[in-house]
Amino acid sequence: MARLIRMDGTGHSTLAEWTTHDDPAFEAAVQEFRGQLDLGYIGTVPEGPGKASQVRELPREADLVILRRPIAGG
Amino acid sequence: MSAPGASAPALPELGSVPWRERTDARWLARYGRWWRVSTALYTAPLAVGSVAMVAFEPVTIPVALATAAHAWMIPELYAFRGASVVRPKGLRNEAAEPVAQGLLGDLLDHDARALQRETGLALEPGELGTWLVGESGALLIAPGRRRVHCFCVRVPDPELPPSDRIAHLLLALRTDEEGFATVANHAFCGAPWRVRRRLPKPMRPALDAARQRAR
Repeated sequence: MARLIRMDGTGHSTLAEWTTHDDPAFEAAVQEFRGQLDLGYIGTVPEGPGKASQVRELPREADLVILRRPIAGG
Repeated sequence: MSAPGASAPALPELGSVPWRERTDARWLARYGRWWRVSTALYTAPLAVGSVAMVAFEPVTIPVALATAAHAWMIPELYAFRGASVVRPKGLRNEAAEPVAQGLLGDLLDHDARALQRETGLALEPGELGTWLVGESGALLIAPGRRRVHCFCVRVPDPELPPSDRIAHLLLALRTDEEGFATVANHAFCGAPWRVRRRLPKPMRPALDAARQRAR
């Protein structure tokens, strides 16, 4: 089962879960994902060792999508 | 809903620093040379002056010693500033830390996970060198292992537990390494031994491991 999680003050929160063939669950995840992007979060898909990609649309086949806050120079 | 064009290779945070030149290997090498030259420019006059004072007027030895101490101390203070980028800072949020530690552990391989739990720094090999990512900054051991670049970079959310802060930086680094280095503020560049002396003791094995990994 794929998961959409957000890193936050609780460690992380699972916002949505879906499977490839479960359209209603995926649509709910898409709505949640878009809502989080509107709040300023950035969608990131870990792609194995040393790689990750930013996504602007929720990828249906991803196992894990992580929402993170923007970084800044300290 | 997935689409190949829906992913973006560049960090969106680059939009907040449009004036900065992209930090690539050439930029880092140039900046490293600039640091070396500037260090020489502000230490050499003090060092030469202290020797000259003793040579021309031996009675000035106390002043010469103070001048020589300044020549030694100024680079040390810069190295301290560099090492400080990875010192733990801010709220610890210990209640949420175990959950965050679990997610961070999932992002790291076995060796990097063990090192991070021991030292607080996540080792990440990259194209620009070997990175050590902390809660509010990162060290980059450049190829050749003769220089460490210290970057101050953070996620501006004080409620996040420490491991989530590291995970934020790690994901940004993995998304766009040069973009990550561009967004970060460069705090110091110098010899690894200078930075190592100024790191908290528990973090030093991470720098040793990163130097071994860097080529």
